[in-house]
Amino acid sequence: MRQITPQEITQTVKKLCIEANCFLPEDMKSRIQSSLQEETWPQAKEILERIVENYQIADATARPICQDTGMACVFVTIGQEVYVSGNLSEAIHEGVRQGYGEGYLRKSVVRDPLDRVNTGDNTPAMIYYDIVPGDKLEITVAPKGFGSENMSQIKMLKPSDGLQGVKDFILKVVEDAGPNPCPPIVVGVGVGGTFDKAAFMAKKALLRSADERNPEPFWAELEVEMLEKINELGIGPQGFGGKTTALCVNIEKCPTHIAGLPIAVNINCHVTRHKTEVL
Amino acid sequence: MPISITTPLTREKARQLKSGDSCLISGVIYTARDAAHKRLCELVEQGKPLPLDVKDSIIYFVGPTPARPGEAIGSAGPTTSYRMDAYSPIMIAQGQTGMIGKGKRNDAVIAAMKEHGAVYFGAIGGCGALLSKCIKKAEVIAYDDLGAEAIRRLEVEDFPVVVIIDSQGNNLYETGRAAYLKQK
Repeated sequence: MRQITPQEITQTVKKLCIEANCFLPEDMKSRIQSSLQEETWPQAKEILERIVENYQIADATARPICQDTGMACVFVTIGQEVYVSGNLSEAIHEGVRQGYGEGYLRKSVVRDPLDRVNTGDNTPAMIYYDIVPGDKLEITVAPKGFGSENMSQIKMLKPSDGLQGVKDFILKVVEDAGPNPCPPIVVGVGVGGTFDKAAFMAKKALLRSADERNPEPFWAELEVEMLEKINELGIGPQGFGGKTTALCVNIEKCPTHIAGLPIAVNINCHVTRHKTEVL
Repeated sequence: MPISITTPLTREKARQLKSGDSCLISGVIYTARDAAHKRLCELVEQGKPLPLDVKDSIIYFVGPTPARPGEAIGSAGPTTSYRMDAYSPIMIAQGQTGMIGKGKRNDAVIAAMKEHGAVYFGAIGGCGALLSKCIKKAEVIAYDDLGAEAIRRLEVEDFPVVVIIDSQGNNLYETGRAAYLKQK
């Protein structure tokens, strides 16, 4: 067994929270840059230029890219040979507490969805565990803003709705969202599984690099096709018109029940942030 | 050329602004989002005084990140405005003339804007680091317990916005997209 201390985990989560919020991943930067080259509508171009300027300022001054520094979604992949000498979940929450405090990040979490009292330290984190062979522990922190989270939808389609139903639903979610989630957006889609699994896959899809397509050619082609269709809607950056409505579409799928075709679409904004470290 | 606006924004000035106009706002604006709006509207309902001068005011829907030492404010971009749709007509009836946010508004808000002469400005969502440079001073004036959602008095210089919906109800989300699709 390989031992990892809770202190190491807390330090890592703290650092990832701060870095994820201040430094936009390179794949997103290059996607925004290439959209700027392809965009023809003057107002859309101008907005994309401001978006570039914004992440450059954030980079140079280690300042949050966006004021919504999100709920801290933490994805943990634990090797079966790893022994954590303490409370793993509490170590992660503590990392979030320290990262959001020392990093001057916004505390955006309320303790109860109806009494709405702020917890004051952005905890609890939303933690997802996966257990795999090996002796490594991988942690990804993905701060999720709610302007885009609120525009996400899930639907239990019928098997007879098929591929067309999947395409129609993705376009409907993007159309319903319109200018609200700060386009250009990243579209995470989960197809199959159960009600909850579809939503989880949609969220996980947002972690995938913008340059990486689904490994199966059929689904990879669907991603490309849906990006084209979304960018024909004309919503554009901030919803003022233009080609650049989405930067990429990432679809994850898995087996499902004979009676079902669950689909979830998780929308993210142009500030699609996540940072990973392996211990 | 962008139009320079100095606060307070009178109804007369607000009525001259047209959907699609780029503007630079200077002067005092106030921040409020979900929780603060709820409290403000409860005070209005009870006939009690508000903790800010609403007449001819611009309210910025924002919850900034905390300021680092030596800085006026942290990152401070707009939040999605539709969550304030339940409250904005009440605030507009109290004299508010400007809102800064992002995203769609409902018919009740637009009707109140037309009736009283108010405008809905958009700032670029997701550009909190950039926009914070135009905020020179920030002071919490009410509801400190709400943290990021407290009401702040901001002094801004050339804060860049675009008029999304004007006091006639013209809407850039509709016209901008239609114009783009027409020439495509």
